[in-house]
Amino acid sequence: MVSFKKPDLDSFQERIHIATLFVTFCFLLLITRLVWLQLVSHGKYALLAENNRIALVPAPANRGLLIDRNGIVIGRNYSALTLDVNAAELKGNVDELIDELSQIVLISPRDRRNFKRSFEDSRKMGTFPLRSMLTEAETARFMANRYRFPGVEIRARSFREYPYNELASHLIGYIGRVSQRDKEKMQAEIENSKADDPDALQTSFLPGIQYVGKIGLEQSYENVLRGVPGYDQVEITAGGKPVRTLSSSPSVPGKNVVLSVDIKLQYLVEQLYGNFRGAFVAIEPETGDILAFVSKPNFNPNDFVEGIDSVTWKELNDSPQKPLYNRPLKGIYPPGSTYKPFMALAALETKKRTPSQTISDPGYFDFGNHTFRDDKKGGHGIVDMQKSIVESCDTYYYLLARDMGVNMMHDFMKPFGFGQITGIDLQGESKGILPSTEWKKNTFKKPEQQKWYEGETISLGIGQGYNAFTILQLAHGMANLANNGIVMKPHLVKAIEDPFTRNRTLTTPKESYRIDLVPENIEVIKKAMVEVNNSGTSASVFKGTGYQVGGKTGTAQVFSLNSKEYKHGSTAEFLRDHALYIAFAPAEKPTIVIAMVVENAGFGAQYAAPIARKALDFYLEGKWPKEIPEWKRAP
Amino acid sequence: MEKSAINKAKKIFLSIFSGLDRQLGLILLGLAGIGFITFLSASQNTPVRFEDELRNLALSFAVMWIVSRVPPKWLETTAVWIYGVGLALLIAVAIFGLIKKGARRWLNIGFVIQPSELMKIAMPLMLAWYFQKREGIQKSWDYGVAAIILGIPVLLIARQPDLGTALLVFAAGMYVIILAGLPWKWILPFVGLGAFGIILIIIFGSTICAQDVVWPLVHNYQKHRVCTLLDPSSDPLGKGFHTIQSMIAIGSGGFFGKGWFQGTQAHLEFIPEKHTDFVFAVFSEEFGLLGNLVMLALFFALIKRGLAISASAPNLFTRLLGASVTLIFFTYAFVNIGMVSGLLPVVGVPLPFISYGGTALVTLGFGAGILMSIHRHRRLVQS
Repeated sequence: MVSFKKPDLDSFQERIHIATLFVTFCFLLLITRLVWLQLVSHGKYALLAENNRIALVPAPANRGLLIDRNGIVIGRNYSALTLDVNAAELKGNVDELIDELSQIVLISPRDRRNFKRSFEDSRKMGTFPLRSMLTEAETARFMANRYRFPGVEIRARSFREYPYNELASHLIGYIGRVSQRDKEKMQAEIENSKADDPDALQTSFLPGIQYVGKIGLEQSYENVLRGVPGYDQVEITAGGKPVRTLSSSPSVPGKNVVLSVDIKLQYLVEQLYGNFRGAFVAIEPETGDILAFVSKPNFNPNDFVEGIDSVTWKELNDSPQKPLYNRPLKGIYPPGSTYKPFMALAALETKKRTPSQTISDPGYFDFGNHTFRDDKKGGHGIVDMQKSIVESCDTYYYLLARDMGVNMMHDFMKPFGFGQITGIDLQGESKGILPSTEWKKNTFKKPEQQKWYEGETISLGIGQGYNAFTILQLAHGMANLANNGIVMKPHLVKAIEDPFTRNRTLTTPKESYRIDLVPENIEVIKKAMVEVNNSGTSASVFKGTGYQVGGKTGTAQVFSLNSKEYKHGSTAEFLRDHALYIAFAPAEKPTIVIAMVVENAGFGAQYAAPIARKALDFYLEGKWPKEIPEWKRAP
Repeated sequence: MEKSAINKAKKIFLSIFSGLDRQLGLILLGLAGIGFITFLSASQNTPVRFEDELRNLALSFAVMWIVSRVPPKWLETTAVWIYGVGLALLIAVAIFGLIKKGARRWLNIGFVIQPSELMKIAMPLMLAWYFQKREGIQKSWDYGVAAIILGIPVLLIARQPDLGTALLVFAAGMYVIILAGLPWKWILPFVGLGAFGIILIIIFGSTICAQDVVWPLVHNYQKHRVCTLLDPSSDPLGKGFHTIQSMIAIGSGGFFGKGWFQGTQAHLEFIPEKHTDFVFAVFSEEFGLLGNLVMLALFFALIKRGLAISASAPNLFTRLLGASVTLIFFTYAFVNIGMVSGLLPVVGVPLPFISYGGTALVTLGFGAGILMSIHRHRRLVQS
């Protein structure tokens, strides 16, 4: 048993002292904690408090316009009332909310799908349009019921619109809601950009960016068109309720992009193609301005802006016509006979031929145990250089190809841009194939495939074999020839316009380089090409023009016939020959060159050249074909 | 004539305050002043009424004044009754109590009361009475009896469940027991064990707070509360949100504070319970470290004064009661500031004389009244 002293005052006082010590210790602990929070970590917490109370409310910038070379607006904005849902204030089930809203305003299944997709894509952050272009009656009905829908509001929004719908869709492209991936990409771009880079992303305020260009010029000129989103600094409560605006930073509208394209010419050509598939590129050789950039069939870029519905998307994607495929940029075709003028120029420049040197054409050329046929039975007889172009004599070029060899052809054609990236201001350009022994070695895996066979050289002379170029490259090559070897980078945009001052800044690229050519040699080729339209394969098409025009038809085989006769009518549509045509006009001082293909149409002279004739008639003389509806400016 | 009227009024006025300990009175006035100033800022844009705060302060003062007039002898004789009624009510709560938010804490006897509040005063009264009775003839089993007196109500409160109040009642009782002479060799092992436990929790916090680790003896939400304290960011939108936001408020106040009515954390509703349990965060944000040091100095002075009064008290009952009441003030202040500044888990403990709330102010006024009564009656008994 423990015994206890009588608890006297001394013992009590001793314990009071200990209690005082304990209390003092605890208070020192608190003071240490407060010093830690309020002195040592003050900066960190001050910042946190500031971040807490300030929200940045984005003010999207007006997107710049797309304007053609003559001032016609082909991409613009309009304002409309939209039903917006603020994800942060949304409570409960999204579907139930939409069900309830749909009793007040019309919400199509498509609206619902689009909303839910963008809502989920953006991880439920931000404000999303549920229904755009509300009618007056709908607006009134919603305003009367708005108390039932916290987080849902009506706002005026700016929408992108392509007033001519399908017209020039492949070059314009379209914009779409910014995705998480877009944002990550932009973030990386901001971090890597240099301060002095004028093309760098102009802002770090990503939340204000709601739409970005997805393809076409909308994509490649995104940084110019977008502008700088502004924002209001708003003080908010813990619940996200705005209290007052502290400051605001206005948005800077995007700049207008002035195209080098003549949209009327573009429209005409698209109409002339009718139901044919194909690609058509027209370039002003002296500047590299692209005047028309046609890919048929088209699609309607307006369908994509607010998110395309799955039915339309499936239709576009599954169509064997491949309407989403940018043919002039990505489609590669054998150039066929349109390659012959370039081959002839190569012959002159490499001194393998003189203009007057002739061959005798029996209608075929035997090489090893293979016979290369000419398209004219019995042959063209005695053929010099001009005749070889005018009558499109294959045998002349079989021999020429054999004499030059694959690498000499490659080295001559490369500076013209064949099988090279032209550097056009669109993304996703195909490189095509300009064959050489080295190309073959690098392309194939097995050693027996890597070897170049002499027989493979022969058909290269008539633009077949491994040759595969884009129509853009063909047009670029034509422009370089028409421009006497001065190479201009092809481009769709010629200037950037300030939306307020209307001041234009030229973006036209300067001369890229010169191909060293003998002027007389160029003249021989040009003269022969003019003769093609006077007495050659496309003479009937160009009868009665008020200008001199040089051209060359081409017919490209889609599959190898293996010496069998080609019968257009009995061949399956997608296996029929492509009709090609290249041209420059006026012949003395070309202001326009054309390269085009009409897919699976047949002979170039029959199907391609007439389109080129009408395009040139319009561009050079202002003549509009009767069968094509008049151009109407969009309201 | 006029002069005598003024003198008469002065006399009456002074007689109201006569017998109140002047030091204690000034300290309490200082704390109540701080409380009032902070209340004005914290209650802006909230439905809490200014008149209510004034009424509560007046009520607290009135209770203090009345109790200060009551001789300690009275308290001694009623101690057992108060304790008995408190215990009976706690048992009644366990059987008939109202359930709100999953806890059975309230009793409807025409109006709703929370008997555990009464226990905060009844417990030290009862234990002080018991040790007074055993003065001079104390045996070691007296601590066993004290443990039973302490344990039953604490277990009843803990079962409600109301761990915060249970701990405070337990602390109030333990202060009496320790001050009554509980041998050090019985105290120190527990202190050591507690310290060891805290160190273990801090070191192994992340391990023991893992999702699938089950703690013996405690509810899951209690484990959650401790774990949130160790790492507030683990639950940034729940319990951790409060701690994080009040720490931001305190930290962003800096040395001088943002100024009265200038606290953004408080005014933009980032601080929970900003006029009650978390009022310290509001004060800290607006008056900074400087304000906090003044406030802590006032609390320290309050405790020093309370202990001094107890040390010079005439008998064991008043000594134990006074010191225990004083240490309860300390416990409230320490636990509240510790919890708001993220040092202790979040438990519902008000900041004495500063938090808004009638019950707490009345209980605290009662405690202050006891101290004043002890001080007032020291000579009467001694002589």
